[in-house]
Amino acid sequence: MSESAYNFAYLDEQTKRMIRRAILKGLAIPGYQVPFASREMPMPYGWGTGGVQVSAAVLHPEDTFKVIDQGADDTTNAVSIRTFFEKTAQVKTTTRTSEARVIQTRHRIPEEGLTEDQILVYQVPIPEPLRFLEPRESETRKMHSLEEYGLMHVKLYEDISRHGHIATSYAYPVKVEDRYVMDPSPIPKFDNPKLGDMAAIQLFGAGREQRIYALPPYTKAVSLDFEDHPFEASKADHPCGLCGAEDSYLDEVIVDDEGGRMFVCSDTDYCEGRRAKGFVGAMAATDQMAATTMTKPTLEVL
Amino acid sequence: MSRADQPLLSVKSLSKFYGAHIGCKDVSFDLYPGEVMGIVGESGSGKSTLLNCMAGHLAPDRGEVVFDTRADGPRDTVQMSEPERRMLSRTDWAFVHQHARDGLRMGVSAGGNVGERLMAVGARNYGDIRGKATDWLQRVEISADRVDDRPTTFSGGMQQRLQIARNLVTGPRLVFMDEPTGGLDVSVQARLLDLVRGLVRDMGLSAIIVTHDLAVVRLLADRLMVMKSGHVVEAGLTDQVLDDPQHAYSQLLVSSVLQV
Ligand SMILES: [Zn+2]
Repeated sequence: MSESAYNFAYLDEQTKRMIRRAILKGLAIPGYQVPFASREMPMPYGWGTGGVQVSAAVLHPEDTFKVIDQGADDTTNAVSIRTFFEKTAQVKTTTRTSEARVIQTRHRIPEEGLTEDQILVYQVPIPEPLRFLEPRESETRKMHSLEEYGLMHVKLYEDISRHGHIATSYAYPVKVEDRYVMDPSPIPKFDNPKLGDMAAIQLFGAGREQRIYALPPYTKAVSLDFEDHPFEASKADHPCGLCGAEDSYLDEVIVDDEGGRMFVCSDTDYCEGRRAKGFVGAMAATDQMAATTMTKPTLEVL
Repeated sequence: MSRADQPLLSVKSLSKFYGAHIGCKDVSFDLYPGEVMGIVGESGSGKSTLLNCMAGHLAPDRGEVVFDTRADGPRDTVQMSEPERRMLSRTDWAFVHQHARDGLRMGVSAGGNVGERLMAVGARNYGDIRGKATDWLQRVEISADRVDDRPTTFSGGMQQRLQIARNLVTGPRLVFMDEPTGGLDVSVQARLLDLVRGLVRDMGLSAIIVTHDLAVVRLLADRLMVMKSGHVVEAGLTDQVLDDPQHAYSQLLVSSVLQV
C-alpha cells in the first residue's frame, strides 16, 4: 500500500469518530470499560493495537508524539509504533516527555510530572481486573454495575496468605472516584500513586478485548489494600547507577559478562535529562562512557 | 422450634411455567424463625424449580416470596431490584448447592472461600478475616492448618462442609439447601447431617432443604412438603407425614424408601 492511500493516522474518519465517542464516554464515567469495535491494525495484537487506535483517534497533525515501552523509547515495539505514526500521520516525534503532546506507553508512567496539555495513552492487554477470579464476562459486567468488588479483595487475600504480603506488583487494581475498580494495565505498582490526581488525560486501550477506559484530569484513584496490609509503592532500594536519582523506578541491568549488575532508571528520558543537568550516579562516575552508551534492550534478557 | 409471631419467609401462590409445562404451581407456605422446612419429591417433581424461584435464581411467573428483612420488615423479594436481591443473597440468605464445586471457588484457598462473603460486605482487615475463616473451618470440622489449601485437595465431604462454612460466615438467617448430601458416601452423609443439625440449632437458623432422601428430612426438617408434578400434594409435621402419609403419592414415596 502506498503512503498516499493512508488516511490520517491510518484509521478512516468514521472509525476515529467511533473511537472518540468511546473515549468521551470513558471520560464521563471514569474507570468504566467502554466496549468499542476494535479494528484490525497492521501489527499483531500483543503490540498495543488498542493503544495505537486510541492514539490515532486523539492525534492532531500538529501534535508531537512519544512512545515508551517499559520506560524506554528505543525498544522494537516503541520504535515500530513511533514509525507507524510518523508514516501515517506525519506527526513530529520526540523522546522528551515534556515535549510530547501525546505519549503512548506500555508498562510505565513517565517520572516527570505530566501537564494538562498532555494525553497519556496506555496499551492494555487485559482490561478486566476481575478476570483472574471470575472468567464469565456476563458476571464481571454485573459485578461492576452492582459495585460488587469483594472478589478484588479475595485476590489480595490470596496474595497475603501465600506470600505473607501483597505480592501483586504489576497491574495493581485501583478504585476510581469511589466507584469503579480498574486495572491500570501492567504498570509497576510504584506508578500507582501517579494515576490519581494527574493533570494529564489518561486513556486506556485494549485492542484484542475491545475496551477503552479513561481517567480525566485530577481523578481520584486509590490502590486497594487491607487496613493491616496497606498499599506500598515499592521499588528497588537503590539510587540510579547512572544519574543518582533516588525517586525513580529502577531496572536491574547486567552490565558485563562477569554478571555485574546495576540499577538504572527505567525511564530513559528522565535519566538522560538528569545526566544532562549534571547529576551523576555511582556507576557512571567510574566509567561514564561505558555506562551512558548502554542501551535498554539488555533488559529483555532479564 | 421457636416460633416468633411473624413468619421469616412467606411464600404465596408461587408458580413457574416452562411453556405449557408446569415447573411449580400455586405453592404457598410460611416459614417461621428457627424452623426447617423439607421439600421432598422425585426428580422432575418441581422441588428444585421451587427452591430456585424462592432463592431468586429463577424468576417466577406468579406469586410472592416475602422475606422479613432486617431493615424494612416484610418485603416481596420477587419485586426487589436485582442489586437488593443480590445483597440479600450474600448477607441474610445463604445457598448450599448440591455440588460443592458450584458453590465454591476451586482456585481460591479455603480461607479465601470463607472470607469472600466478609470482604463482599466490606471487611478490610486481613487478620480479622483470616481469624474468622479459621474459626469457621473448625466449626465445620476442618483443621485450621488447611486454611491455605485449595478445595481441590479436599474430599467430597470436606468440600461440602467448606461450602457450608462459606455460606454461614456472615450469619445469615435463611439457608436454602439443594440436596446437600447428594453424591456423598453414606457414612459421610451422616456426619454432614449431624453437623448441619448442630449448626441449625446453635445459630437458630431457618432453612429450606430440598431432597429426594427422606432420611435427610427425617433428621433435619420440622415440617415437610411433598411435591409431585409441580404441585404440593401433602404438607405437615415431618413425623406425621412420614409415619402416616395421607396422599397416595406420599404413601408410595414412603414405602419405596422402606424398600431401600
Ligand atoms: Zn537515572
